[in-house]
Amino acid sequence: MAISEVKVEPAVLPGERLRVRHTPLTWLRGGGLTTLLFCLPMLIVFGLFSWYPIVRTVVMSLQHTNLVQAPTWVGLDNFRAVLQDPLLPTAVKNTLYFAFLALIFGYPIPLAAAVLMSEVRKRRGLYSVLAYLPVVIPPVVAVLLWKVFYDASSLGAFNTILGWVGLGPWPWLQSAQWAMPSLVLEATWANAGGTVIIYLAALTAVNADLYEAASVDGAGLWRKVWHVTLPQLRGVLLVTMILQIIGTAQVFLEPYLFTSGGPANSTLTVLLLIYDYAFGNSLGGDYGKATALSLMLAVFLALFSLVYLRATRSWSEE
Amino acid sequence: MSDERPPALITPADWRRPVVRFGMGGAQAALLVLLIVIGLGPILWLAKSAVTPTNDTISHPMGLFPHGFAWGNLREAWVNVHVGLYFWNTIVIAFGSWLAQIVVATTGGYALSVLRPRYAKVLNALLLTTLFVPAVVLLVPLYIEIVKPPLIHHSFIDSYWAIWLPAAASAFNVIIVKRFFDNLPREIFEAARIDGAGPFMLFWKIVLPMSKPILGVVSVFAILASWKDFLWPLLVLSDPNKQPLSVRLPSIQAQTSLGVFLAAMFIACLVPIAGFLIFQRSFLRGNGLGGAIKG
Repeated sequence: MAISEVKVEPAVLPGERLRVRHTPLTWLRGGGLTTLLFCLPMLIVFGLFSWYPIVRTVVMSLQHTNLVQAPTWVGLDNFRAVLQDPLLPTAVKNTLYFAFLALIFGYPIPLAAAVLMSEVRKRRGLYSVLAYLPVVIPPVVAVLLWKVFYDASSLGAFNTILGWVGLGPWPWLQSAQWAMPSLVLEATWANAGGTVIIYLAALTAVNADLYEAASVDGAGLWRKVWHVTLPQLRGVLLVTMILQIIGTAQVFLEPYLFTSGGPANSTLTVLLLIYDYAFGNSLGGDYGKATALSLMLAVFLALFSLVYLRATRSWSEE
Repeated sequence: MSDERPPALITPADWRRPVVRFGMGGAQAALLVLLIVIGLGPILWLAKSAVTPTNDTISHPMGLFPHGFAWGNLREAWVNVHVGLYFWNTIVIAFGSWLAQIVVATTGGYALSVLRPRYAKVLNALLLTTLFVPAVVLLVPLYIEIVKPPLIHHSFIDSYWAIWLPAAASAFNVIIVKRFFDNLPREIFEAARIDGAGPFMLFWKIVLPMSKPILGVVSVFAILASWKDFLWPLLVLSDPNKQPLSVRLPSIQAQTSLGVFLAAMFIACLVPIAGFLIFQRSFLRGNGLGGAIKG
């Protein structure tokens, strides 16, 4: 302690702080106890339900735990077991497919909608409210409602609409080929509104002078969008993309409620596999395998984000 | 929100050009129709089908007008399928989660922003790191902690505390509240201190009353998130009589007719939609805020 204090002191500008010594008494008189009291709810809640479980994940991934017997250390066995699971490649492939489709459906549409909406002259609020409405629907209701819409018989709601134009009936959730795109369609419907609102907020920050300058230089509407709007939004665009990838990598509700991973494991995602390891077996969960896989997912996402931020840094700070 | 800002991409002069007026105006009108169909359509369909006889919904799912009404669907869902009970459970869970989040976010934000102890930097860093940890990492260890808490030999399964308290561990809440407090004028705090206000008085009489906008945003998102939550209540509440609507709905589907099930889903939507329409400013601003902070 003494050494570190000596090291710190030269950094303090002379005269900035007259009292250098911090004794418990000065701490108490300065209201340290009250401050600690205000920190206490945060410390307790985060300690118990955030920081401790994070550490516990790492520990549990190296143990064999079944809640009955005392946990035993098994080294990297859990990781080995997960990596040898024949379902893992399927789950990874499906999750990547979901993320890919979600980017195709869910990334350009909110952007185009937001650019159009930001130029609305009357009742712009109405547009925002309508776009955001699906976001406030409880996800369970949204999924179960769409499950009714996706009814594969010719009397299903969507198949009725397709029938009007002479198409269908489509199998939707019941075919291994179409199940995943159906899931993504619902997820996009449920989440796009939030992204639209983020873009709208970012669009208000675009400097109007830039548009004017572009106009003076003779740029038309498309060139203004391409050369002013999009470059001005690139920071937000980069963030929403990585957030969407991180979010879709953890997709659970849609495959769980729509298809339980089927048909033929075509919608089994990584999170569904984690759930199955831990809670799918009524005889008791394999918590070691579940934590090992969630840890691998988290590390992968962290590395991916790091690489992503590195790779796009020059572009976003330009 | 952006309602007051004059549109900048297209100037008034542009709007006078017929190409822009018809092209852009047409695109915007098309977008409005699309938004009504996509955003409002499914909800209107649910509302219609909730009071339509099951047979009619099955045979004519896209019929605009039902053949006869079945108001009984709503009553049967509320009473016989116990949606009333699950609705109440949902409210109790949402209220507790809201209270816990407000207490933690305001006291924590106040300590980090106004009181600023020497360890504030460490706490800030610890809070920020939790933002980067995906939620899935917490799932299993949190569940084990609820089943077998350390030191206490008492399972918290089927206790609402198992939902309320973990909900409060939201670093996002603490950080946006702290940022709001950071922007409050320091002169007022100094004046209050000179007048003899202690930290508690300063918190209760000055900081909180000045923070209504951010408390509104945090409240709205706390309640909505709790209303939407599915997996965590499913794991920690095994007694059906304690489960919220979102957890019960998939089981209700198996127990009852389509009409009653749709009525139950409609009831589950009412509070979030009504809340959104009443507090839309907080919702829309809060969502934009989320983007700003994550950025």
